[in-house]
Amino acid sequence: MNISGWIQLLLYIAALLLATKPLGLYLCRVLDRDGKTFLDPVMKPLERLTYRLTAVDPRQEHDWKRYTGAMLLFSLVSMLFTYAILRLQAVLPFQELFNPQKLPALSEHLAFNTAASFTTNTNWQSYGGEGTMSYFSQMVALTIHNFFSAAVGIAIAAALVRGIARHTAQTIGNFWVDLVRVTYYLLLPICLVFAIVLIGQGMIQNFKPFASAKLTEVVKAQVEKKNDKGEAVKDAEGKPVTEEQTTDTQSIVEGPMASQIAIKMLGTNGGGYTNANASHPFENPTPLSNFLQIFSIFLIPSALTYYLGRTVKNQKHGWAVWAAMFLLFFGGVMVAWHYEVAGNPNFTALGVDPADGNMEGKEVRFGIFNSALFATITTDASCGAVNAMHDSFTPLGGLVPLLNIELGEVVFGGVGAGLYGMLIYVIIAVFIAGLMVGRTPEYLGKKIEPYDVKMAAFVILVLAFSILGFSAWASVSKMGLPDPVSGVLTDGTNNNGPHGFSEILYAYSSATGNNGSAFAGLTANAPWYDTTLGLAMLFGRFAMIVPILALAGALARKKLIAASAGTFPVSGPLFTSLLVGTVLLVGALTFVPALVLGPVVEHFLMHAGKLF
Amino acid sequence: MNTIIKDTLTSILATILLALILCGLYPVVVWGAGQLLFPRQANGSLLESRDRTIIGSELLGQNFSGARYFHPRPSAAGTNGYDAANSSGSNLGPTSQKLMDSVKQRVADYRKENNLAPNALVPGDAVTSSASGLDPHISLKNALLQAPRIAKERSISEDAVRAEIDKATIGRQLGILGEQAVNVLKLNLALDGSAPR
Repeated sequence: MNISGWIQLLLYIAALLLATKPLGLYLCRVLDRDGKTFLDPVMKPLERLTYRLTAVDPRQEHDWKRYTGAMLLFSLVSMLFTYAILRLQAVLPFQELFNPQKLPALSEHLAFNTAASFTTNTNWQSYGGEGTMSYFSQMVALTIHNFFSAAVGIAIAAALVRGIARHTAQTIGNFWVDLVRVTYYLLLPICLVFAIVLIGQGMIQNFKPFASAKLTEVVKAQVEKKNDKGEAVKDAEGKPVTEEQTTDTQSIVEGPMASQIAIKMLGTNGGGYTNANASHPFENPTPLSNFLQIFSIFLIPSALTYYLGRTVKNQKHGWAVWAAMFLLFFGGVMVAWHYEVAGNPNFTALGVDPADGNMEGKEVRFGIFNSALFATITTDASCGAVNAMHDSFTPLGGLVPLLNIELGEVVFGGVGAGLYGMLIYVIIAVFIAGLMVGRTPEYLGKKIEPYDVKMAAFVILVLAFSILGFSAWASVSKMGLPDPVSGVLTDGTNNNGPHGFSEILYAYSSATGNNGSAFAGLTANAPWYDTTLGLAMLFGRFAMIVPILALAGALARKKLIAASAGTFPVSGPLFTSLLVGTVLLVGALTFVPALVLGPVVEHFLMHAGKLF
Repeated sequence: MNTIIKDTLTSILATILLALILCGLYPVVVWGAGQLLFPRQANGSLLESRDRTIIGSELLGQNFSGARYFHPRPSAAGTNGYDAANSSGSNLGPTSQKLMDSVKQRVADYRKENNLAPNALVPGDAVTSSASGLDPHISLKNALLQAPRIAKERSISEDAVRAEIDKATIGRQLGILGEQAVNVLKLNLALDGSAPR
C-alpha cells in the first residue's frame, strides 16, 4: 500500500467531494420541472417538442400508482425494443455499415438475458461484446438502455425524495417529465463532453470494419483440430488431434465505442463494448481515462445526497448519508487494496516476486491499486464495469466486490438506485433507533408506521431471497452447457472448489443487485443461466422499485409532526454510525453463511496451499 | 384502463423519439468531433510500417516469442493469445491448480530464457496473464531483466537496449496516475527500426 496509491486515493476523494455540492444544486434544478438551467436556450425547445410528440402534459403530476405504472410500461416497451433488435441483428438494413463483421442474431435466451440486463441497469455480459454485437446493436439496442435505465433510476430516487419532503400530498411527480429532463439536462450534455475527452485518450469512435494488422512475428501454435462441423477430431485412442496453426495477422476491433462508454460509466451501467470491458486498452486506454471513468461512476450518486439534503431542507442529513457511504467505501478500498497487494502465497512459493502483488487478471498501466479501487467503486455503485478480472482476485480481495453488491449497492450506489436503496436503510435505522428507546420512530417530521417498515423490509428480503435462492438452486442443478467431449451437463464454472461456488454466488448477487460485474469464468451463456439470471435481474429491479414507490406515496400522504426533545436526530456522527451499523448488520449478516462457504474458506485453503 | 393505453402510447413514442436522439444524433456528433479532433485515436491508434501496411495498434499488445524480441505478458485472449477481436482474461482463481501449473512453467521458462539464477525472483507481470489479454505493457523491472538477452541476440550494447526501453516507457500520467509501464510493441518495433517514429 504505497504512497502513490494514497495520493491517487486522496485525489479521487477530493474530486468527488468538490463536485458534490455544485452538481447537487444543478440536480435540484433538473429535477424541478420549472427549474432553470444554463442549457435552457438549447434544450427547452427540444423538451417542449418532446412532450408534444409523446402526448405528455408536463403540468400534470401523478400519484405513486400512476408513476409506477408509467415506469413499468416504459421499461416493458423499451425492453421489447432491445430484444427485437438483438434478434434481428443479422437482417436489419444497412448491414455493410452497421454489421461489417456479419455477426449472426443472438439466441432467444441470450437476447432475453441481455434485454433484461440492460433494461434493469444490470448490464451483465453473457454476451461476448465485440464478437457478438453489431455496431447497430451496440449503438441502439444497448446504448438506449444505458440512458433509459439511468434516467429511470434517478427519476425514482427523486420521486422517493419528493415523498419524504412533501406532506399531506397525493402526488410524487410526473415520470415522463423526470425521464426527459434527466436525459436532456444531465446525462446527454455530460456524455457529449466526456465521450470526446475519452477519444482524446485513445478510445475508438468510428464505423469501420475491424482492422487487420500484419504481425511482426508470425505465431505458430498447436491447436486442437476441428472437423467441418466444429467438433474436435480424435485419434484412435480418443485423444484430440492437434495441428499447427499459423497466425500472421491481428484483427483489431473498431466501432462506435466512445459514445457508448461515456454513458456506460456515467449511468453506472457497466456493460462493456468489448468482452474484457474497461480493462481492454481501447475501452480504458490510460490511467487518466481510468480516473475519469471511476469519477463518473460516483459523480451523480454523490450529488444526489446533496439533492436529498436540499430537498428535505436538512442539508446535514444529506451530508450524514454521504458520510455513511464514504466510510463504507473507504473500508472496502482498504480491504481490497490490502489483500491484492499481499498477493497469493502460492505465487511467491513458485518464485514470483511478492512485491508485485496479485497481477493475475490485472493490467500493468493500472497496477494493483487502481484495480482494487475500480473493483470497489464499480460494486459500491451498481456499475459493474471492470478494469481487472474479479475472478482472479485473492479470496478476500474478491470478497469486497461481492459483499458490496450484497449490501444492496448503497455505497453511493447506482444512479438513483444507490440513494433509494440507502434511504431504505435509513428507514430501518430510525426504526431500530425507535425500538431501542421505545418511541414511535420518526423520520424528518413523519411517523414511520408499520406499512412503511413493511415496504422497507420487503426490499431487503427481495435481495436476500433472490441471491440466496437462485444461488442455491444453481449450485445443485448443473445449469451450464454440456461438456463438449463427454456431453455431460456442467455447472459452467471455470474453477473448482470453493471458488466455483463463489462464481455462482457472484453471478446471482450481481444479477439481483443489478450490478453486472462477474466472476467471469462462469460460462453464463447457457439457456438455464441466461434465463434465471435474467429473472433475477428483473426481480431485483422491479420487486424493489414498486415497494419503494409505494413507500414514497405513503410518506407523501403523511402529516408533519413537530420535532420534540425525544426525536432521534438524522444528522451527525451518531446517526452516521447507526446507519453504517444497520447496513452492515442487516445487509451483511444475511450473507455471512454463503460468504463463509465461498471466499472465506478459500482464503484459508489458499494459505494452506490447497489447490483445486 | 385509459391511463394504461395512454402511457403505453407514450412509452412507444418516447422510445422511438429518444432513440433517434440518443442512438442516432449523439453517437454521430461524437463520431464527427472525434474524427475531427483526434482522428488517429478515434480509429484505433494504428501503427503503420514505411510501406503503409498496418502493423498493429500502439494500444494493443502482440505476441512475441523469439529471443530477439521483448516478450509481452502471457495472454488469455483467443486460442493463441493477443487475439484483439476476442479480449479476455484467464478468469482462473487464486486456488486454481491450472493457474499454478501455468505460472510454474512460465517462471521456469522466464529464468531459462533470461539466464537468471534458479532462485531469482521473477516479476509478477511476466508470469500472469492480463485482464484483457491485450495488455500492451510490461513493468520496467520485467523489461530490464530481458535487456541482456536482447543485447546479446542483436549484438548491440546493453546501454543501447536500455536507451530504447527508456523511450518506450511511460511514467505515471500527470506524474500521479497509474503505474510506470513499458510498451512492448513500440519497443520491439523501435529495435527493428520498422515503424516510423
